[in-house]
Amino acid sequence: MWSFFHRLASPKHFYRFADRLIPWLGWSTLITFIIGLYLGLIVAPTDYQQGESYRIIYIHVPAAWMSMFVYVVMAIAGGIGLIWKMKMADIIASSAAPLGAAFTILALVTGSLWGKPMWGTWWIWDARLTSELILLFLYLGFIALQSAIEDRRTAANACAILALVGVVNIPIIHYSVEWWNTLHQGPTVTRFGKSAMATSMLIPLLTMFLAFKLYFATTLLMRARVEILERERDTTWMKNMIMGSDE
Amino acid sequence: MTNSSLSKAFIAVIKRDLTLALRTRSEIANPLIFFVIIVSLFPLAVSPESGLLKTMAPGVIWVAALLATMLSLDSIFRSDFEDGSLEQMLLSPHPMPVLVLGKIIAHWLVSGLPLIILAPLLGVLLFLPYHAMPALLATLALGTPVLSLVGSIGVALTVGLHRGGVLLSLLVLPLYIPVLIFASNAIATSAADLSIKGQLYFLAAMFALALTLAPLATAAALRISLR
Repeated sequence: MWSFFHRLASPKHFYRFADRLIPWLGWSTLITFIIGLYLGLIVAPTDYQQGESYRIIYIHVPAAWMSMFVYVVMAIAGGIGLIWKMKMADIIASSAAPLGAAFTILALVTGSLWGKPMWGTWWIWDARLTSELILLFLYLGFIALQSAIEDRRTAANACAILALVGVVNIPIIHYSVEWWNTLHQGPTVTRFGKSAMATSMLIPLLTMFLAFKLYFATTLLMRARVEILERERDTTWMKNMIMGSDE
Repeated sequence: MTNSSLSKAFIAVIKRDLTLALRTRSEIANPLIFFVIIVSLFPLAVSPESGLLKTMAPGVIWVAALLATMLSLDSIFRSDFEDGSLEQMLLSPHPMPVLVLGKIIAHWLVSGLPLIILAPLLGVLLFLPYHAMPALLATLALGTPVLSLVGSIGVALTVGLHRGGVLLSLLVLPLYIPVLIFASNAIATSAADLSIKGQLYFLAAMFALALTLAPLATAAALRISLR
């Protein structure tokens, strides 16, 4: 068990592992997406208050969840890379950043698309939208720092510290924004509570959530593979692999 | 290393930074002038109408304070990084977070403290009611150290880069948002004659958190930047 993890820490084994896993993950992503979208867009009943436009939550909510989840993944990977100096952890952290930013943008865009028919405006300084926007800024800062430092190891470590600082700050930012919001304006639209959600709506949502997770895993492995190719281009195992001979 | 020599080193760092800062006075003055100019741009851009300015004052002053601090942040480590004294500090037997804290305190004394002294004047310019002045001073007193502390992490991360300035603001400004929210809200609340205890406790809590954690993160970031 442990030796398996230790082997994963080496780029060479990780590369092989990712190679084997990506097709499986890719196909299951596609299948869960199709099932989730079918259930969400066609099977799930129309909301009696919001009509058909509520269906955007099947994209919006998983994207918003993922945007936070990916930041935590990034910070944990960064911390592991910082403490145990594991190359793969650095690679995971740096590969996850653009994906997280993309999820955040997706959550923001779908949020404002939903806001147009519901609230009548594209943007509202709603607590969740605002903290999502700030999360996007944190992601962009991470990516900017990463691209500004040329040396990859230094960049990875500096970004790891930034991610850890961000993880400490995200709850503070989130709650201060929530607090700010309740003081400045009452909730414009009380969103339907999670617990009050009907099962027929919840199941597609959970399916979509799984699909997003799988999509993240697939693209993360693909990006990590590219990153390994770039970093390890001078190594013998890479040359051997590309030339087609085993070992 | 005895305890007394550590506190000596700590005080020596503060003294050294203060002396250096006082010898280049224009570097202290520039962010302050910037602070005043930013605030005086708002009446010109929005409207000189006193009712509007009064409601905007807390936010405007705090955003300007944020930007002025941003501008002065670079001076915490930049020159020491360029002449190599930062490396000497890292090599010294004293724990780096303590020395870093000394540098941050010195930075706050030359950049944060003058902001606090100047702020009431700007409050008057923006028609902030007089009874909100104590709140303005209190939030600045609690908030600007947080800005220096959190900002030092950003500077430590970008100090090795040639054009770190814009990047620094990209990294640090999102982290300043909680301070901005609580501070400007406290002033606005106090202007409406309501209690601001809650906001001040929050600011104090953020200060305590930043005081304990930021020097550690900054020291770690410096080690990476100087590698």
